[in-house]
Formats: sequence, C-alpha cells, structure tokens
Amino acid sequence: MSVSPSKLNLVKVWKSNLPPVLLISMEKGKGVMGGRKWAVEFTDSSSIPSTRDIPDPPGFTRVPHDQDDSTLSKHKKDAEANWKSQKAWEVAQAPFKNLLMMGFMMWMAGSTVHLFSIGITFSALWQPLSALQGVGKVFEPYKNSKVDLLAPKLLFIALNLGGMLLGVWKLNTLGLLPTHASDWVSSLPPAHEVEYSGGGIALH
Amino acid sequence: MDPKVIPNTPKHASSSQIPPPPFSLFIPTNNLIAMAMAIKLPLILLFFSSSLIPTFSLFEDQVGLMDWHQRYIGKVKHAVFHTQKAGRKRVVVSTEENVIASLDLRRGEIFWRHVLGANDVVDKIDIALGKYVITLSSEGSILRAWNLPDGQMVWESFLSGSKSSKALLTVPANLKVDLDSPIIVYSGACIHAISSIDGEYLWKKDFASEGSVDVHQLILPGGSDVVHAVGVTDSSQFDTYEIHIKNGGLLKHTSASFPGGIYGEILPISGDRFVVLDASRSVLVLITIENGQIHLEQTHISDLIHGSSGNTVILPSKLSGIFSLRTDNGIVFIKVTDEGKLNVMEKVDKTVVISDALPLSEGEQAFALVQHGDGKIELSVRLVHDMSSNHLKETVKMDHERGFVHKIFINNYVRTDRSHGFRALIVMEDHSLLLLQQGEIVWTRDDGLASVIDVATSELPVEKIGVSVAKVEHSLFEWLKGHMLKLKGTLMLATPDEVAAIQKIRLQSSEKSRMTRDHNGFRRLLILLTRAGKLYALHTGDGRVVWSTLLQSLRTTSQQCAGIKLHQWQVPHHHALDNNPSVLVVGRCGLSLTSPSALSIVDAYTGKELQNMGPVQHSTVQVISLPFRDSSEQQLHLLIDADKRAHLYPTTPEAAHIFQRESENVYWYSVESEAGILRGYGVKKSHSSDTPSEYCFETRNLWSVVFPSESEKIIGTVTRKPNEVVHTQAKVIADEDVMYKYISKNMLFVATVSPKASGPIGSATPDESVLVVYLVDTVTGRILHRMTHLGSQGPVHAVLSENWVVYHYFNLRAHRYGMSIIEIYDQSRAENKDILKLIVGKHNLTTPVSSYSRPEVTTKSQSYFFTHSVKAISVTSTAKGITSKHLLIGTIGDQVLALDKRFVDPRRSLNPTQADKEEGLLPLTDALPIIPQSYVTHSFKVEGLRGIETVPAKLESTSLVFAYGVDLFHTRIAPSRTYDSLTEDFNYALLLLTILALVVAIFVTWVLSERKDLQDKWSWPQTQLWLQSSSEQRLLNICSTPVNMFVNQNR
Repeated sequence: MSVSPSKLNLVKVWKSNLPPVLLISMEKGKGVMGGRKWAVEFTDSSSIPSTRDIPDPPGFTRVPHDQDDSTLSKHKKDAEANWKSQKAWEVAQAPFKNLLMMGFMMWMAGSTVHLFSIGITFSALWQPLSALQGVGKVFEPYKNSKVDLLAPKLLFIALNLGGMLLGVWKLNTLGLLPTHASDWVSSLPPAHEVEYSGGGIALH
Repeated sequence: MDPKVIPNTPKHASSSQIPPPPFSLFIPTNNLIAMAMAIKLPLILLFFSSSLIPTFSLFEDQVGLMDWHQRYIGKVKHAVFHTQKAGRKRVVVSTEENVIASLDLRRGEIFWRHVLGANDVVDKIDIALGKYVITLSSEGSILRAWNLPDGQMVWESFLSGSKSSKALLTVPANLKVDLDSPIIVYSGACIHAISSIDGEYLWKKDFASEGSVDVHQLILPGGSDVVHAVGVTDSSQFDTYEIHIKNGGLLKHTSASFPGGIYGEILPISGDRFVVLDASRSVLVLITIENGQIHLEQTHISDLIHGSSGNTVILPSKLSGIFSLRTDNGIVFIKVTDEGKLNVMEKVDKTVVISDALPLSEGEQAFALVQHGDGKIELSVRLVHDMSSNHLKETVKMDHERGFVHKIFINNYVRTDRSHGFRALIVMEDHSLLLLQQGEIVWTRDDGLASVIDVATSELPVEKIGVSVAKVEHSLFEWLKGHMLKLKGTLMLATPDEVAAIQKIRLQSSEKSRMTRDHNGFRRLLILLTRAGKLYALHTGDGRVVWSTLLQSLRTTSQQCAGIKLHQWQVPHHHALDNNPSVLVVGRCGLSLTSPSALSIVDAYTGKELQNMGPVQHSTVQVISLPFRDSSEQQLHLLIDADKRAHLYPTTPEAAHIFQRESENVYWYSVESEAGILRGYGVKKSHSSDTPSEYCFETRNLWSVVFPSESEKIIGTVTRKPNEVVHTQAKVIADEDVMYKYISKNMLFVATVSPKASGPIGSATPDESVLVVYLVDTVTGRILHRMTHLGSQGPVHAVLSENWVVYHYFNLRAHRYGMSIIEIYDQSRAENKDILKLIVGKHNLTTPVSSYSRPEVTTKSQSYFFTHSVKAISVTSTAKGITSKHLLIGTIGDQVLALDKRFVDPRRSLNPTQADKEEGLLPLTDALPIIPQSYVTHSFKVEGLRGIETVPAKLESTSLVFAYGVDLFHTRIAPSRTYDSLTEDFNYALLLLTILALVVAIFVTWVLSERKDLQDKWSWPQTQLWLQSSSEQRLLNICSTPVNMFVNQNR
C-alpha cells in the first residue's frame, strides 16, 4: 500500500512536533453555524508554509471558503443577531433570580450578627459589585452591530444595584451601618478634666 | 448546635461551659445550614438570654496554671512545742493575726491552721492532756480546745466576767495529775475552772467582791490541790490567795501593803518568791511568802547596777531563781539566793533576746539567749543553775534583711548519746519565723507577708536581645516535645504517666515565671509593704519572692516607725528608659498623726533603697499622687501634713516649676469622719515666708460640707482608682440611643449613718437607723447626688468606677444584706445626638471640662438583696477599659466572688422589652445570684481577707487579681473571656500538623490534577482512538479519515 507523500508529511510533522499542538475549537453558535460540531486543526500557523508546498490531492479543488452565497450568510447573520439579543436579555435578567435567592437567604439568616448572616450579607454585597465591574465582559459575546445592548445592560445594572441595596439593607438590619449617634460617639474618649483633686481620710 | 453542654469530655469535671460574651462573634462551627433552617428569632433570643448568665469558671486541671495561693500565719506571739512521744514533731503557735497553727517542725509546713476573727485576739495558748491545744482569746472570754493532730475543735467555753482584766491561763502540765484536774483561767476579774476533757464549767471565783484586786500570776504547784493567785489591789497592796482546786473555795488570803506602788507585772521567781518594780522603776521589790506571811524586801536598782536610769523593765522570761532586768545600758541577770539576796550575775547587750526556761530533767532548766552580730546571730543555751558557761553556743548566718531577733522559743531533744540537743524557734524583726538546729537554719517562713498594708505593681525588665542558638534549639525541641505530648493527650492516646507529665509541663511552664516582661503583660512584680516595714516583691507568675528589703528609713530612729502607704514613684516609659521603675514608701515614726514621717524610694527591680529621706521634719496625713511627671518620669506627689501644708516631692526645681504651673488646678480634700466634715482646699501658688522650704505650699480652705452630727456619722468613703482607664464616655442603650456618662476622677462617695446605728448590726432598730449616701464633687464641694436608705445601716463597702458606684450595706427591715448601684449621667451632653454634627466633629464631647461649669447630672439607681456579708469590694480593670467589668467581692467566707456588672444595672426591669433583651439587660430579680462557678478563688480561701487589688494586663481582655489577707492569692481573670488570645492549652502542634497535611494534600492534588489534565487533553475521541490502536493502525486511521479535509476547510 502506498502512502501519499502529503499524508506522510503530515505524520512527520506530527511526530516531529510532539507533543502536538492541538487547536481544538468548539463552535459556540452551534445551532446557527450548521452541522459542524468541532474541528481539529493539526497544523499551527508556523506549519502552514510546509503544507502550502504540498500540491492539493487530485480531484480536490480549492474553493474560497468565504465566498458563500450572500443570501445564506445574511440569513445566518440575522439569526445570530436575534439569538444574541435574546441571550443578552437572558443574561440581563439573571440577577433577578439571584436577588430572590439572596432575599430568601437573608430572611433565613435572621438579624443577629454571626458567621452565617455576615457571610450572606457580604456575598450579597460582593456579588453585585463584581458583576457591575464586569458588565462589559458579560455582554461581550453578544456584541454585535445590530444588537442594542444598552437596555439589557441597564437592566442588568439596575438589578445588581437592587441586590446591593438589599445587602446594604441587610447590613443595616444587622446594625452594622453607622447611622446612629452611638456609632460616632462610642469611640470618643472621655473629656479631659481641668481640675485635679486628691485626698481622703487621714492615713493612720 | 448547642455549644453549652459537652457532658463526656474529661475536662467537664468542675464547671459548665462558659457562654459567649455579648460582643464576641458567635461562631457555630458545625451545621451552618441546619442552623439557618432552624433559625427563628425567638429561639435565638431564648438561647442568648439563657446564655447571658456569665460565669467565670475553670476546669479542674487548670487549677494552678495561672493562679497561686500562699498560706501564712503572721508574727508568732506564743509557741508551744509538742515533741515528746509524738510521731510528728510539731509546734503550736498563736500569732498577732489571731491565727493558731500547728507547724511541722521538720519543714515548717502548716499541719492545720485556724484564723480567728479580727476581734478574737488570742491571749494564751497551751497544750492540755497531750492531745488538746487550749486557746484563750477575746480578752479571756473564750476558751477553746482543739484536737492536736487534726485541728478539729473539741470544745468551746464562754467565760463571763464582771469586768475586763488581763487573761491568764494555767493548764495542768503534768500528765501524772488526775485527768480531772481542771484548767484554771483568770479573766474578767474571776478565776474560772474548766474541765480539760469536755470544757465543762466547774466553778468560778469572783474577785470583784474581794475589792479591786488584779491578779498577776496563777500558780498551780504540781501535786497539790491548791491554786495560788498573786495579785495587787489598787497598786499598793499585795494579795495572795489560795483556792481549792476542786470547788473554788478560798482557803487562805494574805495581804501586805506597799505604799510605793508598783510598775508592771509581778514575776514569779520560785514557788514562794516574786519580784516586781515599784512605781518609780528604781526599786526592786522582792516578795517572799513564808508561813502565810508576806515579806517585802526593797533593793535600789542603782545599788545593783551602776548608772542605770529610770527606764528599767523586768523581762517576762520565767527562769527559776533568776530574773532579768532590762535597763538603758543592757540586760542584767539577777539571781535570787535562798536567803533572799539579789546578786548580779551577768550583763549582756540590750539587743539580746531571752527565752523562757525549759525544764530538762529534775531540777535542771535551760534557757536560750540570742545575740545579734554582723550578718549572723549567736545562739547560746545556758543552764539556769550554771550560768557561768554556755551549755551550747552556735553561730548562725543571718540575712541582713531579716533585722533583729524579736522572740525566741526553745525546745530540747535527747540525742542518741543521751545528751540534750536544742532547737530554737526565732521570730525576726520582719515577722519571719526560723527554726535553728545544730547551727543551721532548718527552715524559714516569710510570715511578714500575712500583714500586707499596701500593694503596688511594677513591670519587669525588658528582655535582652541575643539568645544563644543552642538555647533556642533546645527550647524549640522542648516546645515540640511538649506539644506532641499535648497532641497525644488531645487524641486520648496518652498513658497515665504522660498525662501526669503534661500536667507537670503545664504547671511548671518556665514561661510564666521568667524575669522579663512578656507580651501579654501577665508577668509583673507585686510590691507589698508589710506591717513590719519590709518591702517584698513577688512574681505574679509563681508567687515567689524576687527580693525583699527591710526599709532602713523606717529603722533609723528609736521610735516605732511603720510604713503606711506605697505609691508608684517612677515608671519609665518614654524617657529615662535606662532607669528602673521605683516606688515611694511613706512611713510614720510614732503613733500620732503629727509624728514625723519617713520617706524612702525603692528600686522596683532590685529592692535597693535609692533615696532615704527619713525621718523628714513634717508629718504626713495624706499622700496625693499628682497626674504630672517631670522629665525623668518621676511622679509628682503632694504630702499633706497635720498643719494642712502641702509638701511637694520630688524636691527638684523642675518639679516645683511644673507644680507652680499647674497649681491653680490642684485641689485636695480631707474627710474628718469624727467631726463629720468634708473640707476642700486649694493650694496657694507661692510659698509664704513662714513655710520651711520652697517645696512647701500653704493651702486655703475653699469649701466645707458639714453633716449634722446628731443624725449622720461618716462611716465610709470611696473614690475612683486614679489609674483607671475609661474607654468611652457614651453608653449605648436600646434603640441605638446614647447616654453620656458623668466621668470624673474628682467624685467622692460618702456614706453616713445615724449615730445610733453606727454600732454592730442589731444595735439599732430599723426606725432609728438611716443610711445616707452622697456623691460629692471634691473640687467644688458640690453634692451631685444624695440618697437615703431608711432602715439600713453599715458596715458599708463600696466601689466606685467609671460613672457608677456599688455599695453593700445591711437592710434592717428585710434582715438581709443589700447592694445598691448608682449610675450618674451627664445631662449637659445629652444633646449631642445629631449624626451629621458628630461626623463633621461639631460637638463639645472632647472639650476639657471643669467642675465649676456645674454640669447637670441625672442618676439611675437600683437595689438588690445580697446573701453574703462582705469584707472588701473591688472591680476588674483592664488596659483600655473596653472589656466589660466584674465586681470582685470578698465574701465573709474569705473567698473572692466575681459578679458580672450587668447584674447590678439600674436599667434592669421586671419585664424587659424586646430592645432591652437585645441589649443584654437581664430581667430584674430581687436578689443578686451567687453562681458557685464564679468564685475566682475556686477551692481556696484567702484567710483574713483584707483587700483585693486588680491590675490590668497588657492584653485587653485580662485583668490580674491579687487578694491579700493572712493568705495571698493571685490569679488572672477575663470578664468577657479571652476574646483576644488563644487559650493556654491551644494545640499548636495540631495546628501545624493540620497545615502541613493541607500543604501536602494541595501538592498531591495539584500533581494529580496536572496529570489528569494532560490525560484529558489526550483523550478526545479521535486521539483516544489513536492512543488505543497500534502505531500502524494509527497511520492507517490518519490516512483513511478526512483529516485533511478538516484542516483545509478550517483554514
């Protein structure tokens, strides 16, 4: 059995580059992009010139991949934009569930200061904060010229702010917010006395 | 879930678990989720309110870890040896602290001990029937018999007399006498006969009917049925009585008048001879009873001893045929010959101390003389019939710091060669007790520590840097070993031997007794001034005496000098760090208030007297430690003399300058309890011309508070401790509201009772006894608060701290002791409640306050019943004043009880609201609870408890407690538990081991996960196929699958 040189070459490349660089990329929008689920790219960019030297197998015509029919592509893009905006709204609404859960946990934790209630309160404060920090990142995958991300973003921010407010409210019910006069005066030392007096019953 | 009950742990022997403090985080370590599910607010509240009862308690195996207890007896007055026919040789002593004790003669340990009350002064002790210790106390009105081996009281008899007189005790010495021969006691001008077996009262002979005869001696001649009593009537007539021992019948009475009067006591020389001094102290009178007649023979002392003056005393040592006379020049032994002639035998030095005669064998008697030399004492034992030579002479090295010998008691033993050996018990000037035998000190007891007058504390020196590597390695090894043992103990793997070793390591931890400052401030020096004028420094770690000094400034004069007060003099913190801290001892030479004072400054590290300023010219009735320091960090002190002049110390220009700068704001006050007057004084800035020195300042009377003498009599005052630290001026109450405490160092609590009720409890009816308490500002004399307790009386014990005072008294109507609290709040600051203003700092809370601004105050008070009568009250003090406080109550049972301050909170109510409960207010009860676990002295008693001192440790949670009386006790307590440190028995080895195991686990899992990751990367379906197949097949697979297609398409 004869082996075609290109295949042999491929194997060679393979062997010489052990461990091989496997570029495995999962397609994210699987429903949109069609049947292909995954692809293995055995070559990295450095090895492209070597494969370029090899003539195409007989009967193989190189068709430019990007030059698909435009109608199909447009359709695809629309679907993708749709999907993205739908997804963005989903993501934006996600903190709501979180909010409900947090509220329930807080109710559970009671209003006394102990590890459980402190933990819950701080996670309630921290989660919205970290989420707000990463607003851009969360909506990154759904970035598209056709998708309007402002509304979901605003909803997302509002919900998170709500969560944070809930945390602050909890903090207040725990009595950890300095909202009373007692919180400001309890650290004040006693006032200095001007006069000094000593004495007592005569020593005997 | 419930952290309160751990029934089966071995530690649970003696106490219940301590509930968490109110403000520490409550951290349930298990079952978080279960807790979350189960959390219901009422349940939590119930749990908290049930756990709010705070207890201070410790486990059985923690005893001795941080506490120590020392038992003392005080200065010995009488000693009776019990060595014949006894398995355990012992000496029974009575002391000036009213202690009777049986001491082991071998080691000086206490076999048993009884501390009689402060009013029950022991007059005489003796041993009867060879098995009972007989004590006569309370001016001869109580006779008790104690079982010699174990100290159990066998019987007690109360002897009532017609008038007070001296107390004499005669116990039939000889065992050969009939068992029913009674104990003869003279007291209350009566002779009582009491059966020695059961204390039955046999008969009484009242001398009050015989004229005002004062019996001086009771003599019970062996083998006869007659008691001889020798006495004096109106100091001009000698009387002798012969009384029948069985029925008290008077057999014979003879008398002879002596117009010259007598001085002192009649001393018996032999059975029928007595000697006494006449009133002028210049004539010796020899009394001879012959054939029922009294012959008096007078001899001028100047005939016997040349150049003697009037200060002659007959020493009370009973030597047969000889007596000793102390004159200004020395001590003279005088022999009384059979013909009644007086012969001077020998003169010895004035400091010589003579013991009583000790009968050796028939007709042979010995006595001991102790002479004080330079750094040594000479003990010589002589036979009475052969005074010329010393029977025994021993020289014993003696510590200078013990001073002179005060008393000596001797006892003999028969050596194997049938000769007599002697042991001598000597009492030194510093009240210590020593046993000498064969020229050596067998044991010593520092019994001066039984009479502590004042307490101060001092830091220890800072640790020097530079510890050798070997030492570190060794200690590291030891440390590891100890912790491995502990780990074994924790895991219950230890054998009984190892458990014992663990306990030993814990108790003898070298950490706690080191002589350097520690991080937590637990190691300190307790500096104690004793009645003997000796200063002791005790280490708080183990209670050992670090140094002791007999203060020379109190010994220089011939007068009786005694220390009265101890103050911190120099505490180097920022400057003068190379100086050691020092204390100021103020003493007084003489008994009256106007006697000159003696001052001494003592180095707290070494005990050396740095400065000896005694006796200074002025007297001292007050010592005021001013809150100012000079550049070398010496505290300025004002000593007020009897003429109300203020003397400034240290006497340096710098101190004078500082004082003159501040003198406008320096005041002092005096409490004249007899007159019922409080007076306040200001200090004049410049010293007037008639003051003796430039450090002496005149004072002027500013105000007086005169209590009506017909209705009020001052029975007690108390002020805040000057070094108390208060953390905050605000008290946060329910609903986050704030009350501002009235915190003033110049607040004085005064308690007065109606004069009728100033006696003991029961001396007045409830209607005529009124207790009034005052809070007085001592700068202006303003009465801040006055409260009347009808039907109550003293004694009042009180403690003032921060803005509250707690006092203890007797409620006559309820027939119970009561405790009240007054909390005082500043109304003038109550307006400071605007948060915005507080945030930006627009408030008057930190501006200096003056008493002359007359701040408006309100008070809250509440009263409770308390079961115990109280000897002393104190309160815990911590470094920053953040930790909640415990009252330390010295109970009548000589224990120290820690009572949480929250029990005495005037805001307690019968039905606390929800907010009150959350705040931690306890529901009001009529009596304060006494929780057995909260006795800080646990199983010990601090006999004769007189005071409780608290010293803050550096660790905020912890307070050092030192209780003193006849015994000393020290421990440290944490009123809110040690929330800022790990406990002593925290297992560091276990922690290390856990960390190590975790690190290993992290490493192992990391390696495993790496490997797994790699495998996962290899195990995608296609590649997995290749891995599973042989190499040729792989090739085939590659060829046959359209890999290329993928590759190309993807590109």
